[in-house]
Amino acid sequence: MSAVTSPPKQKLPLSSIPGADDITRVELSNGIVVLARENPNSQAVTLRGYLIAGSLFDPEEKLGLADFVASALMRGTAKREFRAIYDSLESIGASFGFSGGTHTAGFGGRSLSEDLPLLLDILSEGLRRPTFPTAQVERLRAQLLTGLALRTQDTRDMASLIFDELVYRDHPYARAEEGHPHTVGAITVDDLVDFHRRIYGPRGMVLAVVGGIDASKAVDEVRAALEDWQNPEQPPVPRLPEWEPLADRVNKRHAIPGKSQSDLIIGTAGPARSAPDYMAANLGNNILGHFGLMGRIGDVVREQAGLAYYAYSNLGGGSGPGPWAVAAGVNPANEEKATELIFKELARFTGELVTEEELADCQSNFIGSMPLSLETNGGVTEALLNVERHNLGLDYYRQFPAEIKAITREQIRDAAARYLPNDKMAVAIAGPRRLET
Amino acid sequence: MDVLQTTLSNGLKVLLKEIHTTPIISHWLWVRVGSRDETPGITGVSHWVEHMQFKGTPNFPAGKLDKDISRDGGYWNAMTYIDWTAYFETMPANKIDLALRLEADRLVNSIFKPEEVASERTVIISERQGNENNPMFLLDEDVQTAAFVSHPYKHEVIGTLADLQSMTRDDLYNHYKKFYTPNNAVLAIAGDFDSNVMLARIQELYGVFPSGPAPTRVANEEPEPAEERRVVTKGPGETTFVRAAYRSLRATDPDFFALSVADSLLAGPSNLNIFSGGISNKTSRLYQRLVENELAVSVSGGLQATIDPYLYDLTITVHPSKKAEDVIGPLDEEIARLQDSPPKPAELARAVKQAQALFAYGSESITNQAFWLGFAEIFETYNWFLSYLERLEAVTPEQVQQAAQKYLRQERRVLGVYQPDGRPTEGDE
Repeated sequence: MSAVTSPPKQKLPLSSIPGADDITRVELSNGIVVLARENPNSQAVTLRGYLIAGSLFDPEEKLGLADFVASALMRGTAKREFRAIYDSLESIGASFGFSGGTHTAGFGGRSLSEDLPLLLDILSEGLRRPTFPTAQVERLRAQLLTGLALRTQDTRDMASLIFDELVYRDHPYARAEEGHPHTVGAITVDDLVDFHRRIYGPRGMVLAVVGGIDASKAVDEVRAALEDWQNPEQPPVPRLPEWEPLADRVNKRHAIPGKSQSDLIIGTAGPARSAPDYMAANLGNNILGHFGLMGRIGDVVREQAGLAYYAYSNLGGGSGPGPWAVAAGVNPANEEKATELIFKELARFTGELVTEEELADCQSNFIGSMPLSLETNGGVTEALLNVERHNLGLDYYRQFPAEIKAITREQIRDAAARYLPNDKMAVAIAGPRRLET
Repeated sequence: MDVLQTTLSNGLKVLLKEIHTTPIISHWLWVRVGSRDETPGITGVSHWVEHMQFKGTPNFPAGKLDKDISRDGGYWNAMTYIDWTAYFETMPANKIDLALRLEADRLVNSIFKPEEVASERTVIISERQGNENNPMFLLDEDVQTAAFVSHPYKHEVIGTLADLQSMTRDDLYNHYKKFYTPNNAVLAIAGDFDSNVMLARIQELYGVFPSGPAPTRVANEEPEPAEERRVVTKGPGETTFVRAAYRSLRATDPDFFALSVADSLLAGPSNLNIFSGGISNKTSRLYQRLVENELAVSVSGGLQATIDPYLYDLTITVHPSKKAEDVIGPLDEEIARLQDSPPKPAELARAVKQAQALFAYGSESITNQAFWLGFAEIFETYNWFLSYLERLEAVTPEQVQQAAQKYLRQERRVLGVYQPDGRPTEGDE
């Protein structure tokens, strides 16, 4: 029996923020949750979603497996070979793809509205009947390995990689979901087949459709494509271990010869999206490294000191304790100076209340910019998935202003102090060799 | 959804498009200045001036203007390209007056304080160094330099390091004063407003500025390329890239649409939207030939709408087990195939359908619609955008073949190779 909540049939003013009365949410009998919202002003449709098949399932020696599987789903299915899949999409200007993640594998695409059944067919085929043809798998492997070779040359990527290792150590978040050359090299076709057979299943899968299509029609099309999918072997959602806070400040510098600029990341683990103080941390992060031209950090590091083109802070806030960190790209000679300035700002952020003006500004920014993020079909799709992934409730975006207005300066300082202890942070830098600078 | 088009008495071109689907307005100010207006010694000046436009006027001091926009929930940015510089704000509709006041003000009143110039110098050099970390930037810079003899398109928009180190505050300010005039700008606004009310407000804010002298432009005569040039860029890494950059054509050239179709067949459609992603190119001729035969891991094409003939480039990431030479022969064979026989009508129909879909995707975003309103004015008029699909549909297989014969000749190109220099790639310190 499916649980259905469906809004009354009517054309709604599009200026309205999505809410329970204009989002259709249906749980199919096999566990797939479908969210749909019509945008009568659009001729196109966006389809996105995720299922529980992320890199948390990867064995250590085959790290990158989940990512490899997701990338390989469109390399051939029982119904269509690689070229036929892309021929059907590209000949009508549609796009579709799968991607790997830590907790989930994602998928998404878009087409003109009348072509939604094709997107769903490609999705269903990829999820249920991939064939992993050897020649295609090898082509894909070369692409993945090239991506990993380029990663070793990217100062931002490498700083991020060593940051995760420093902060998360034994926790799964220390691992790079795309793997390493030796682990991706070790993955066989049988591994792909086996992972797909064991892990891919409808339970926990969420899918959102937004665009120029009636919501109930969209749900019917999803139902027709996916409701009969079953996988009795599908494992439970993997449990994320507790993260152990750092005991001290830790540093690592990684050299990539021949580079001109260094990238640095300073921070540690922040709150999960579900943490009660997440929104206080989120507003605080806006003050720290976003508001205006990259917040306080941008003001000090870029505007006043002229040390960097970019310097900002970011709060992950996903299903687990994602990073809360400051990132900057600086001349290698200025690594220490920038690090010092950033720590000084972090100390002020964790030790003092933000000003009333700063809080009011950021509240106004959050509330004012929210409708702008819902301008496109893609933006609304992301909002629907966000609501479902974090169990926020269908009226979340309508209640959002009240939630933001309720945050206090003290809550922000407390969250900052809790998550960003100055003496227990990681400093990760990737740049040219010191001798070169 | 008609567009109101007018020119104020001071020469400011105005385009207004009402879109009432959502309470958002996107405001774009385009200035007809870019790296094509630069001479050696001040390369990068247009981009640096764009940065200085965030450094304050008497009414909106540095640090205030960005906070004012953020406070109202808007987002904004600026971009400098070879032909133009653009500033945009997308705001809740009831807050748009801030963008109107701010852009009008900084069109003429920016201060360019010497200390702000000094601190921005290191920021811009840092931006350039960040670019230099990317092998494709290094290759692109060498290819571009080799592709032109005298046209300012030969240097990167960001400028050379030497010029960024030596340029003075007066160089910047003079450039600003010369090009930032109402008669050298286009104001394009799309969204939830009444055009007559909006126009009255624009008249109030911009109408008071006098027009300036028409800016003298750099002589940008460029001889037709006579022979293929090859460049090799050596740098760190393990991955080889090939870029074939063909001298292309003006956006106003009638052949532009035939070459667009050729691009679509060879490498998938170039997406001219900047706020909306593209589509994959796995059935394109070059993907099928190079990637499916394991000579390359990716290929992409880029045709851009520009004032003067710029470059149509094909960029190939070489397969780890192959060398640059392994892909160049097959690349040339695929181009020769298009030159030797006209494509099938079905291939053209597909290119048109892809373009239609990209237009539909692009029209979801008001910001993207406002972008088009002004962008097309830079090299032609908004009508170029309106007639784009129609003109693409009118292209015949023979015209595509002829465009390939005319523009994709080897003597019109620079063939660039990024060659890993073989030094150790990394290590902990």
